[in-house]
Amino acid sequence: MLEVLAERFNYAVIIVLMMVGLYAVIATGNLVKRLVGLSIFQTSVFLLYISVSKVFGGAPPIFDYKDLAYDKLDPNAIYSNPLPHVLILTAIVVGVATLSVGLALVVRIREAYGSIEDDTLAEADYSLELEKGV
Amino acid sequence: MSASDITQYFDYIFMAMLLCIGIAVIRLRNLFAVVMLTGAYSLISAAWFVSLDAVDVGFTEAAVGAGISTVLLLGAMLLTSREADKTSLGRHAAAAVVTIAAGAGLFYALGDMPVYGDAASPANTGVGMEYVDLTAEQIVIPNVVTAVLASYRGFDTMGEVFVVFAAGLGVALLIGLGGSKREED
Repeated sequence: MLEVLAERFNYAVIIVLMMVGLYAVIATGNLVKRLVGLSIFQTSVFLLYISVSKVFGGAPPIFDYKDLAYDKLDPNAIYSNPLPHVLILTAIVVGVATLSVGLALVVRIREAYGSIEDDTLAEADYSLELEKGV
Repeated sequence: MSASDITQYFDYIFMAMLLCIGIAVIRLRNLFAVVMLTGAYSLISAAWFVSLDAVDVGFTEAAVGAGISTVLLLGAMLLTSREADKTSLGRHAAAAVVTIAAGAGLFYALGDMPVYGDAASPANTGVGMEYVDLTAEQIVIPNVVTAVLASYRGFDTMGEVFVVFAAGLGVALLIGLGGSKREED
């Protein structure tokens, strides 16, 4: 049990980091702070993937260009796994795209309601419905 | 513990720093401090990526995560509010219940994860390592990540471009391009 945890200590701490992000999302009513929590969660997920791709004693997956040109690459060289790196590169860029849409929504909500605290927003919606007599 | 690596000691330092920042973000109510700490969180993650041999991810995270994200968040903060309201105790309790439940589920699955740093783990023996060999023969450029991104998995990257385009379009439709002002009611 203890060895299982010791060999996966990185993942355990990264799970805690993810939960810190999730807590920040739920425990605040402020929409900007919520998006901050989401981006912390997201970065922690990236860390999880990159931790999996690490190989002890390995090098970054980049060849020496002179060895490559003269076809003298060491066949026994150890590299870290490049595939998770590629997936996470895509995810980082997509993450920033979704964050910008979220922030644009927050700015519009602020324009329409004058607040970005979700209690105030819920109250404003409720009183609107009362006026309409729903 | 069979194998080890010098970078493991860096891991502990980065973990400690990230945890401190995470807890500070939860506790702080000043949004400027929260946003700047998120930038620091991204930058420390970028350093950790470099220590985990993911140099391309490291500089993308430093440029996009620590740079552009922070600028976007700062802009949104200036347009909305500077201070978050105090959160109620009930909300903290709800957050604690949800995070403990989700965390317990993830910890339950922890034993099924591959051993950290193991070259023979299923995650590190499949197609990923094949790309390393194939790049030297077929693409013949030094950086394997670039070869996979632009060639072997080029369709993924094209999909990413579509997502970024759709997001840009969404932002433009939501807040406008600043061309024409709406009529006052």
